[in-house]
Amino acid sequence: MSTLKSAELPLGASVPKSTPVGPPAASTPRHSIFVRITHWITTLCFFALVVTGAEIVVSHPRFYWGETGNVLTEPLFKIPIPSSRNLVPTGYGYVLPDQNGWSRALHFQTAWMLALTGSLYVIFSLITKHFRKNLLPGKADFSWRTCVGVIAHHLRFERPSDSDAWSYNVLQRITYLFVIFVLFPMVIWTGLALSPAFNSAFPATVNLLGGRQSARTLHFFISLALVLFLLVHVVLVWRAGFVNRMRAMITGQPSPRKEIL
Amino acid sequence: MTNLSRRKLIATGLAATAGISGLGVAARLAQKYGLIPPDHGGLYGPGETLTYASMRLLTRHSLAREFSRSQISKRPLENEVAPFSEEFKRFQAAKFADWRLTVDGMVARPASFSIDQLKSYPSHSQITEVVCEEGWSYIAEWNGVPLSYILDLVGAHPQAKYVFYFSIEPDWWESMDMADALHPQTFLTYGMNGSELPVGNGGPLRVRLPRQLGYKSVKFINRLIVTDDVKKFGKGLGSVSPEGGYAWYAGI
Repeated sequence: MSTLKSAELPLGASVPKSTPVGPPAASTPRHSIFVRITHWITTLCFFALVVTGAEIVVSHPRFYWGETGNVLTEPLFKIPIPSSRNLVPTGYGYVLPDQNGWSRALHFQTAWMLALTGSLYVIFSLITKHFRKNLLPGKADFSWRTCVGVIAHHLRFERPSDSDAWSYNVLQRITYLFVIFVLFPMVIWTGLALSPAFNSAFPATVNLLGGRQSARTLHFFISLALVLFLLVHVVLVWRAGFVNRMRAMITGQPSPRKEIL
Repeated sequence: MTNLSRRKLIATGLAATAGISGLGVAARLAQKYGLIPPDHGGLYGPGETLTYASMRLLTRHSLAREFSRSQISKRPLENEVAPFSEEFKRFQAAKFADWRLTVDGMVARPASFSIDQLKSYPSHSQITEVVCEEGWSYIAEWNGVPLSYILDLVGAHPQAKYVFYFSIEPDWWESMDMADALHPQTFLTYGMNGSELPVGNGGPLRVRLPRQLGYKSVKFINRLIVTDDVKKFGKGLGSVSPEGGYAWYAGI
C-alpha cells in the first residue's frame, strides 16, 4: 500500500538528479566512515553536555535578560525546580546535592571535544564535497510541489520510500544544514560569551547578544532547540526503520549485507 | 597483499611516531611558556589544560569589560559565606583598624600593610561585573590598589610564577599566575561604589580578578605568598577549588 502511495507522490523529485538513489555499489557505504565516526562522537558529547548543562542550571534555575541578573533582580522566567544552592529562593524546603564541580569540568572538556570533532567534520566535508553532494538541496528540491509533497508525506506519517534509504529528502537536508551551520555555531558562540576571559579578548561576542545574562538565556534556549531536534531525529529514525538506519550509521550498510551481495 | 599491508604498517608506524613526538614537543613548549595549569592531572586535566593554554595565548593582556556608572547594580548581591570565626569578629568589632595584610615568599622585602596604608597608595577604580559560576552576576565599582603595585613595593622576584592569597577564614585560599597578578585590573579591593567595602562583599579586603569567575575573588584577605612552587600548598593543585572539584583557572 505504501509503495502505491509513494509512487503517486512526486517524491522522486525530492532527490536531486546528481544523487544516486539506489545502492551505487556494494562497496560504497551509505555514510562515509568519517561521517559515521564524527556522528557518534557528537552524539556522546551532546549527551554529556545536556546532562552537565542541566546540572549547572540546577544551581541557579532562574534566567534573566540583559547584562546582569541575580536573586535581587526580576527574572525573565524561573524553572520551578529545587536548587543545589541555598542562595536561590525556590519555595522548596530543601537544597539538592551540589554537582557543579564535575559537571563544569565535564561540560568544558566535552565542549572542547565536540568543537574539535565539529571542525574536523566541516574540513572533511568541504574536502570530500559532502555538503554539496549530500546535504545541499538540489535545484528540483526548491519547487513548491516537491516541498509540499515531502511535508504531506510526513503529515500522513508514511514510511519513507526505498530511495530515501540512500539519500536525504529536502526537509532533512534543510534541517541538517540548519543544525550544523546555525544551531551548533550559535550554541558555541553563546557558550563562549559566558567566559569572562574570552569576552575580555572579544567583548563583541557578548555585547552583540545583549549582555551576559541574555547570552546565558540564549545558550539555554538553543540547547533546548538541539534537544528538540534530537527527539524528532530519533522518532523519525524509528519510523524509517530503526535497525536499518542504525546499521547504516554504524556499519555504512543500510540493509543487511546478504541482500546487497 | 603483503606489500600493501607492509606499506600500511610502515605508514601507520610513521604517523604514530610523528603524532607521539608532536605531542611531546607540544607538552615541552607548553611547559616552557607556562600553559599548563597546576590541576592538569586527572580525568578532566586535558580540558582544563586546553582552556588555560588557549586563554593564556588569547587573553594575556586583554582587559575585562568595564561598564558605565548607570549600569552599576542597584543592590549589589551579598552572597552567603560560612559563619564568621571569632578572630574575624574581633577585627570587625575594632572596625578592622588592626587588620594586616602580610606579604612574603619570593620577595626582596617581606612586609605587612594596614588597610589605611593600602589606602595611602594611588587608588584605582574599575566598574566590572562579578560573575558567579552558578550563573548570576552584578556590576559594581571597585576601589583599591592594583596587586602589581604591592608586588613592586615588596620586590617580587622575577622568577616567581604564582601569587597565593589567603582569606582569614579557614580553608579559603587561591592562587593566580603572574599574568593575572601583574594585570592592571587585578586589585586588592577596600572600597565599593565609593564607600567602604561591606563585609558582605568581602570587606575589609578582597581580591578582584575580573577576568575570572567570582570564586577566584577571595574575601577577607590577610596574606599573600609569592612563589614558584605550587606543591608547597595543600595538595599542590594551586588552590582549594580543585581539591573540591572546581577548576583552578576560572577564566573558562
